Amino acid sequence: MTAGPSRSVRSSSTRACEGARAIGPRDEDAPEGQGRHETAVTEAHRAIEAIWRIESARLIAGLARVVGDIGTAEELAQDALVAALEQWPVEGVPERPGAWLMGTAKHRAIDLIRRRKMLERKHHEIGRDAERAQEGVDLDPAIDEEVGDDLLGLIFMACHPVLAKEARVALTLRVLGGLTTGEIARAFLVPVPAIAQRIVRAKRTLAEAHVRFEVPSGAERIARLASVLEVIYLIFNEGYSATAGEDWVRPALCEEALRLGRILAELAPTEPEVHGLVALMEIQASRLSARVGPSGEPVLLLDQDRGRWDRLLIRRGLAALERAEMLGGALGPYALQAAIAACHARATTSAETDWPRIVALYDAVAQLAPSPVVELNRAVAVGMAFGPAAGLDLVDALVAEPSLMSYHLLPAVRGDLLRKLGRSEEARAEFERAATLTDNVRERELLQRRAGECAAKPMAG
Amino acid sequence: MRVLIMAKEGEQSDAATPPTPEAMAEYQKFNDELVKAGVVLEAGRLYPSSQSKRVRFDGKKRSVIDGPFTETKELVAGYWLWQVRSIDEALEWLKRAPYDGGTFEVRQVLEYEGM
Repeated sequence: MTAGPSRSVRSSSTRACEGARAIGPRDEDAPEGQGRHETAVTEAHRAIEAIWRIESARLIAGLARVVGDIGTAEELAQDALVAALEQWPVEGVPERPGAWLMGTAKHRAIDLIRRRKMLERKHHEIGRDAERAQEGVDLDPAIDEEVGDDLLGLIFMACHPVLAKEARVALTLRVLGGLTTGEIARAFLVPVPAIAQRIVRAKRTLAEAHVRFEVPSGAERIARLASVLEVIYLIFNEGYSATAGEDWVRPALCEEALRLGRILAELAPTEPEVHGLVALMEIQASRLSARVGPSGEPVLLLDQDRGRWDRLLIRRGLAALERAEMLGGALGPYALQAAIAACHARATTSAETDWPRIVALYDAVAQLAPSPVVELNRAVAVGMAFGPAAGLDLVDALVAEPSLMSYHLLPAVRGDLLRKLGRSEEARAEFERAATLTDNVRERELLQRRAGECAAKPMAG
Repeated sequence: MRVLIMAKEGEQSDAATPPTPEAMAEYQKFNDELVKAGVVLEAGRLYPSSQSKRVRFDGKKRSVIDGPFTETKELVAGYWLWQVRSIDEALEWLKRAPYDGGTFEVRQVLEYEGM
C-alpha cells in the first residue's frame, strides 16, 4: 500500500513492457479479416515500442532526479508505458508522446512522494502544517526543470563505481539503452533470470549505498567519468570481439555503445576523453564488416580488405579525435588508442602503416595506463616497426605475467612472431595453446588454422 | 540499422524563397535534438535541380542531361543518414520534424555484407 508502485504493479508493468515488443510480429501473423481495429492496435503497439526506445532514458532520468532512485523511476516510467498501451491504441498516439509519458509518470511520482511523506509523518509524528504546505510548492518545478543534465545524472548513477562491472553494464543497457532483460541476456549469452537478478541487485546496491542522483564535479567527476567510459567501451568490445559464442562480432552491441558514446559526447562536450572514446569506437566500428570473412571467420587487421572499411565512420572518428585534441592538454588513454586506430585508418595499404608512430603512441599509453595488455600490443607494433626479434624480446618478458596466464592473444602474438622468425614448430605450439584459451568458436577455428599453416609450410625467416 | 531519409519537398525544392528565420530555428532545434540523441550520422541539403545534371546509361552510350527537371514531387532537396534501432524508431523521429509540406522517404541502408 505504502510503497507506491508496489511489487505486484512492477511485475505486471515489466511484463507489459516486454509485451509491447512481442506484440507487433504476433499480431501481423493473425489470420486475415480480424478487421481494421487489429491493424490499428498493431500499429499503435509498434509506435509505442519505438517511442519507448526514444523516450525511456529521458523519462527514467527525469523521474530519478525527483524520486532519487533508479528502481522507483523505472517503475513509474513503466507504469506510464502501461497507461500508453491501454490508451493509445484506442485514442490514438498523442501529438507529443514524450510529454504525455512524462506527464503521466509525473502525476504518479507526485502521488508516490505524497504517500511517502504522509507515511514519514505518521512514523515520526511530525504532522507539521509547514511541511504540508511545502510539499505542494516544491514538486512541480522540481519535475519541470530543464532536463539537459538529467540524462547525464542517470548515466553517472547507472555506472557508479560502487557496482561491479557486469552490474553497471546490465543496468546501463537497461535504463539508458531501453533494452529488455531478455535482449541483454541474449547479448551476453547469460540466462535471463541471471540478468534480471543482476539488475535488481544493482538497483538495491545503489539504494543501500545511498548513491545520489547527481552530475559530479571536480576530482570526483574524473573518477566517475572513467567508470562511465569503461562501461561503454566494455559494451562495445563485447560486440567487437565477442568473448564467447558462435559469432565473432555482434554489431548491435557496437551500435548501442556508439549511440551511448555519441549521446555522452553531446552531454559532456568539454571532456576530451569522451571524444577520445567516441573516436576510438567510430574508427574500430569502421572495420566491422571487413573483419568478418565469408563464412563468419575473423579476418585480422592487416589482412582486411581496406576497401570495405566504412569511410563515413572513419571520417566521424577522425573528427571526434580532432575534437579531443582541440580541447587541449595531453591526450588521455582513449584518445591515444584512437590515434593508434587512426594510423591504421589513414594507411591505404597495410604496408603503408606508420608503425614507428604507433610504437610511440603505445609508449604514451603505457605511461598513462600501464597494463600487460598494452605492453603486448606495444610488442606487436615494435615487431612490425623494428623486426620480429625485437617484438619477441618484449613478448617473452610478458610470458610470466600472471594476468596474461589465460589470455589467448599472448600465445597468438608470440606464435606470429616465432613464425616470422622461421621457428615454425614453436609457432605451431603457441597457436594451438592460444586456440585452447579462447571461448569464441570462430576465433578458435582461426587459431587452429594458423597452427595448421605452420606445420604445412614453414615461413622463411 | 542505418536509414536514409530523402526530403522530397515538392515545389519548395526549386523555390527561390529562402525559409523564414523562424522556420530555420525550428529546423535547427529539431536537428540538435537528433544529434543529442545520437541519431544523425550525416546530413546535407542539395542545390536546386536547375543546377544539377543527370547521366543516362544505355548500353555503351552515356548521355548527360541538364536540369532543371520537371518531376518536382520526386526531387530530393536534402537528406539525412540516421542510426536507429528500427524503421519504426525512424518514423517516430521523422513525425516530429517541423515541416508542413512535402514527402520524406525512409530507406534502410544495406549493411554488414556476409554476416
